Amino acid sequence: MKRLAILLALFAPLNGLRADSSMPAAEYANTQLPDPEKEKAARELMESIRCLVCQGQSIADSDADMAGDMRALIRERVESGEKPEAVRSWLVERYGNWVTYDPPMQGVASVLWIAPLGFLLLGLFLARGRFRRRSKG
Amino acid sequence: MKRVSLWLPFSIFVVFFGVVAFGLIKPSDHVITSKMVGKPLPQFALQPAHEGQAGLTSGDFSGGAPRLLNVFASWCIPCIAEAPHLMQLQSKGIEINAIAIRDRPEDVARFLERNGNPYTRIGSDTVGKVQISLGSSGVPETFVIDGKGIIRHQHIGDIRADDIPEIIQALEAAK
Repeated sequence: MKRLAILLALFAPLNGLRADSSMPAAEYANTQLPDPEKEKAARELMESIRCLVCQGQSIADSDADMAGDMRALIRERVESGEKPEAVRSWLVERYGNWVTYDPPMQGVASVLWIAPLGFLLLGLFLARGRFRRRSKG
Repeated sequence: MKRVSLWLPFSIFVVFFGVVAFGLIKPSDHVITSKMVGKPLPQFALQPAHEGQAGLTSGDFSGGAPRLLNVFASWCIPCIAEAPHLMQLQSKGIEINAIAIRDRPEDVARFLERNGNPYTRIGSDTVGKVQISLGSSGVPETFVIDGKGIIRHQHIGDIRADDIPEIIQALEAAK
C-alpha cells in the first residue's frame, strides 16, 4: 500500500504537466458510425491519414486530442454522404500530401514509385557478369 | 569499368548507411505548415469562448486593417509564454482575434485573468473543426489575415520576443 502511494506520488506531477484538454472528446472521435458500411469507409480513410501530433502514427492509432478531432471530422463527413477520397483531398488541401499515407505519384514522391524499378535494373546490371560466367562454364 | 562496378554496391551501402545514421542522430522535426496561406479564410461561425466578449465568424475579417488570428487554449503551456508578447502586440494597436481550442468558458476566463486578454473576439472551437479547416496543426499558432480575409502568414508555435518584428513585418506586407 505504501509502495503504491509512492508510485502514485511519482506520477502525480506528470499528470499536472500534461498539456491536454480536459474537454470530453468530440462525439465521433471514439464512437463508430451506426452504418457499418460507412464506418468501414471512414475507418479505411483514418488508417491512411497521418496524425499531425504523433507524426509516425495514423489518426486511427493515435490518442492525441487532435487525432480524435480528425476522426470525428472524417466520420461526420462520411456519414453525411461525402466520398472518403473527397475528405482526403480536403485534408491534403490544408496540410499538403504529408498528411496522407497514400501520396499521389507526382513531384518528389514519384521517386518512391520509380526507385524500386531503378534498383531492380541496377541489380540486374550488377548480376549480369555472373550470368555470363555461368553460361560460359 | 570493372573497378567502378566493383565499388558500386559498397558506395550505395555507404550512402544508405549515411542517410539512416543521419536520420537516427538528427530525427527530422516536421513542422507542418498550412497550405491555406494565400487562400481566403474558410467559412466558420464560432460561439463566444469568453463571457462578455463576442464570438468569431469568418465574416468578421472582411474589411478593415490586417489583423492576427491566434489559435490558443487554456490548457496549452506555451500559450502562457506567448501571452505577454501578444499583449505587447496589442499595445501597438494591432487587433488580435482568437480561437480557443477544446476549451471551457470558465477555463478561458481563468487563463485570461492570469495572463492578460489581448483579444477583441474569441471564438470557441470545442471539437477543433475550425482549427483543422485552417490547416493548423497545434496550439499556439498565429495567422496574419489581411483586410479581405485572405490568410497571409502563419506563425507556428509561441510568439517569442524575437518573433515580434517578423509578425509586424507580415502585418505590414498584408496592408
